Amino acid sequence: MELKSQIPDGPIEKKWDKHKFDLKLVNPANKRKYKVIVVGSGLAGGAAAASLAELGYEVECYCYQDSPRRAHSIAAQGGINGAKNYHGDGDSVRRLFYDTVKGGDFRAREANVHRLAEVSNNIIDQCVGQGVPFAREYGGLLDNRSFGGAQVSRTFYARGQTGQQLLLGAYQALERQIGLGAVKMFSRHEMLEVIVVDGVAKGIVTRNMVTGKIESHVADAVCLATGGYGNVFYLSTNAKGCNGTAIWRAYKKGAAFANPCFTQIHPTCIPVTGDHQSKLTLMSESLRNDGRIWVPKRKEDCGKPASQIPEDDRDYYLERKYPSFGNLAPRDISSRAAKQACDEGRGIGATGRGVYLDFDDSIKRLGQPKIEERYGNLFEMYERITDENPYKTPMRIYPASHYTMGGLWVDYNLQSTIPGLFVLGEANFSDHGANRLGASALMQGLADGYFVIPYTIGGYLAGIKPGSRIKVDDPAVKATEQTVSDQISRLFAIKGKQTPDHFHRELGKVMWEYSGMGRNEAGLKKALELIPQIREEFWNNLCIPGTGEEVNQSLEMAGRVADFLELGELLCLDALNRRESCGAHFREEWQTGEGEAMRDDESFCHVAAWEYKGEGSAPVRHTEQLAFESLHLATRNYK
Amino acid sequence: MSVAEQSIAGAEARGHGFLASSVGRKIVMAASGIVLFGFVTVHMIGNTQAYMGAKSLNAYAEFLHGMLHGGGIWIFRAVLLTATGLHVWSATTLTLDNLAARPVGYRAQQSVASTWASRTMRWSGVILAVFIVFHLLHLTTGQLHPAFKAPQGHEYFAYDNFVSGFKVPAVAAFYIVAQLCLGLHMWHGVWSFTQTLGLSHPRYEGLRRNFATGLTLLVVGVNISYPVAVITGFIH
Amino acid sequence: MSKHLNLTLHVWRQKNTSCDGKFVEYPAENVSPDMSFLEMLDVVNEGLIRKGEDPITFDHDCREGICGTCSMVINGRPHGPKERTTTCQLHMRSFQDGESITLEPWRAEAFPVLRDLMVDRTAFDRIIAAGGFISVPTGSPQDANALPIPKENAELAMDAAACIGCGACVAACPNASAMLFVSAKINHLGQLPQGQPERYSRVRDMIAQMDAEEFGTCTNHGECEIACPKGIKMENIARMNRDFLKASLTYRPAVVGGGAG
Repeated sequence: MELKSQIPDGPIEKKWDKHKFDLKLVNPANKRKYKVIVVGSGLAGGAAAASLAELGYEVECYCYQDSPRRAHSIAAQGGINGAKNYHGDGDSVRRLFYDTVKGGDFRAREANVHRLAEVSNNIIDQCVGQGVPFAREYGGLLDNRSFGGAQVSRTFYARGQTGQQLLLGAYQALERQIGLGAVKMFSRHEMLEVIVVDGVAKGIVTRNMVTGKIESHVADAVCLATGGYGNVFYLSTNAKGCNGTAIWRAYKKGAAFANPCFTQIHPTCIPVTGDHQSKLTLMSESLRNDGRIWVPKRKEDCGKPASQIPEDDRDYYLERKYPSFGNLAPRDISSRAAKQACDEGRGIGATGRGVYLDFDDSIKRLGQPKIEERYGNLFEMYERITDENPYKTPMRIYPASHYTMGGLWVDYNLQSTIPGLFVLGEANFSDHGANRLGASALMQGLADGYFVIPYTIGGYLAGIKPGSRIKVDDPAVKATEQTVSDQISRLFAIKGKQTPDHFHRELGKVMWEYSGMGRNEAGLKKALELIPQIREEFWNNLCIPGTGEEVNQSLEMAGRVADFLELGELLCLDALNRRESCGAHFREEWQTGEGEAMRDDESFCHVAAWEYKGEGSAPVRHTEQLAFESLHLATRNYK
Repeated sequence: MSVAEQSIAGAEARGHGFLASSVGRKIVMAASGIVLFGFVTVHMIGNTQAYMGAKSLNAYAEFLHGMLHGGGIWIFRAVLLTATGLHVWSATTLTLDNLAARPVGYRAQQSVASTWASRTMRWSGVILAVFIVFHLLHLTTGQLHPAFKAPQGHEYFAYDNFVSGFKVPAVAAFYIVAQLCLGLHMWHGVWSFTQTLGLSHPRYEGLRRNFATGLTLLVVGVNISYPVAVITGFIH
Repeated sequence: MSKHLNLTLHVWRQKNTSCDGKFVEYPAENVSPDMSFLEMLDVVNEGLIRKGEDPITFDHDCREGICGTCSMVINGRPHGPKERTTTCQLHMRSFQDGESITLEPWRAEAFPVLRDLMVDRTAFDRIIAAGGFISVPTGSPQDANALPIPKENAELAMDAAACIGCGACVAACPNASAMLFVSAKINHLGQLPQGQPERYSRVRDMIAQMDAEEFGTCTNHGECEIACPKGIKMENIARMNRDFLKASLTYRPAVVGGGAG
């Protein structure tokens, strides 16, 4: 397998412009003769489907939800970055580029990140044009706030529902194209396989989640925008339905999987309450702008109510360790610091896995109405879940799995190692390196969907003869369809005793324990022993009631868990092989005396892309060397 | 079911008439409702002359019949009939649509915000329709009024008919029940038409409610006072 | 930690759209008050699966109150007894030990039951497709700050845009009307300068689609406003009616004009 990144030459500021010019164009009259399948309808998928249809391509869009408006992009709270520099505080495309590369701990591709920073401004324009009600100042101009890891105010937001509003913008653009007949929408359809013929992606196989019908759909190109695989940890901030099936099946069909071990833990989530817990709720990182994080200095104080712990007995550990960034230190640093405090026995709450996020000072300084205006809905949500009033007692928070920087390997055109298979948004690996900055996920999803794929897919399609699409009754298509039916039959045939969720929980415990915030060789090796055992038990003791020809949520879940049970293993294998600490990947063997991550640029300044070699064979690790021509490799320092 | 399998009717339906649209018919209902509420209010005010004695009320009847050489009352009647027709038509078609919109009901439905008045609009409306027919046959044409005295030339006996009509306890009771229905119908209806015609603004929310309540209490209170006054002998 | 609860569920079970359904009783035992309502159902379902019985099908996804997927009528109220709360954010501490809970799907002709508590809400998508957007092709808009928007309008637009499209308004409405949903989108876009060019065609198109989907009509009960987990106000309906009246009074059939070539 060869990893050709297709990065255009020339100075970094000119690469994208040059590339856009160099890409072949599809004759406008021919565009309707090309069909593109988009899987996923979130920010990346929705934006791509709408934009491609606007250009004139025939588009089909698939999502597992009952409506494209429900994709999990909707849950992003905080905001979206844009290098507009409306506030004149020193922001620029170059600074956003720099912050993103540095935030990603120099494990992202420079050229991709620069392009992301460039189009960030177009995204803001596009969204405002669509009617996204971003927060405004009294003069009617757009408001910004600063967000985790950034020293400039470049985050645009719509209350605590920025993801929702951006998604509704993309959804409305998509629905407009559906109404015009330019996009065919298939909701409640789960993609279960990529159709690859002669090494080229030609379509997908889906299961209609209402009728259970297995259907093949052929196209000239396939875009996967199916999100991340954070649910491999079972408990995460992802939606219950989020899954890695689409990218995992693509991986097994020949798409390289890059940096699976780069998974982000979000520092501010509501702590777990018990075994019944089905997901973790994120509290926007923007809260860290006005909240102070602390734990008691002494273990003995942990049981006391927060109000009875005097100021002198509190350890504002982020402010203490990172004076210049304080409570706004990047996500991985904040998460690990919380874990450390809890490991020392200074965690708070019933489980001892929690730290305080305290608004007392801000309420005193700004008054409760101001805090209400900024975070009212978040505070309300917190109170609804925990039954505690955060205006009176400090919030309890703890890190949780949130985002996956790893994903299918793509080149500069967002094309995977399978020609014709493009990967967008969180599903690809490209822009965030080893760690993603706050408010950058929305930016990347929309950048890929609105401003990258509409150009780069044209370059691919221009090389295909219009109308040369494979027929849906082609034997190769039918054979792929059969493998999907067979897999479903295999799952039903187990007839065991345990629920899909049971195995998912078991996997999650192993993943979180050995491959969560801190990783080490012994733990990862242990995980690599345990995961195959769980998988073995899964394939021997799973129970799915009902049949495949009806709505069957157990079957849906079982298929996803089956894939997570394989994906989790690759994640651990990648973590084991990356013998350095970088960004969110923290190997305990590689840390400074002060507990900071130690990168090894000599050996690991590369992307690790895994190639599937068939069942029972070990996957092969390929590398794409990362060259930093525009920026200097530097150690992250948030002190 | 995927969206792909169903069509978007919007573009074609756009050409459809105002009256075919649900909101259009609601606006018709609201506008005709305003006419009818206006009428009952004026009717109530006119009838207060019963308290001024026979002469006053009979003269009022004569005045109404004499307007525009007798044409005025027919213009009134035409407007009222049209408004009633539109009101009944829109109410009927909308109600049928609403019943069809929920063919299977809930086992445990709880009403939280709706009022008894809002939920009984269709029944109070039906009772009012029956009442209007009765009322016309009773005090306008007299078929259901055994002691009815028809006008003779320019001489009207509105007052006598009024008193003798309400002296029958069952009739008085029916009038009172009908007025209570009118009260329920008006209380929701007056507020509701402001909503349907888009006259809503948080600043005037209290005003809208109070206007509906005030107008309803006034009309219903005065109207009920007539049969009560006759039964108790205050008017005789 | 407070006491665990024992509850009795009366759940609507229906195999698919064409089958008849019925209520079935299930015990939910030893329920922690810290569970969300959906987590309680998860536990019941895992028990059913282990017994080889069909678990209760219900729609859910984000479980943080924003995706709008979860949808069930709990004791006669969409999303249950707590105001401004979706089912996934409803916690069992809102219930009493020994309580009986009736679970029904959204009931509306426009929302056919797919299975048990899961309904088809694609009618909402088609209403949006009919006009719930601003026609702005990718890459075409001007600079984001070129048009100042008064903060008040931006806030009002956001209030309306907060709608999660769950359908609780339809479920709660005695007439199964979708007016609150439709009016929320019309007012979100109608408050903004970018939404003005299509303001009046939008209201006609969306209402036409709403009627075509066989939703009921608004009789101003106000149940929708109380049921709405995002607090969308009925004022939106009034504003939509006003726009519709204006749109109808000034409507002219589309002019079909050819280019000069």
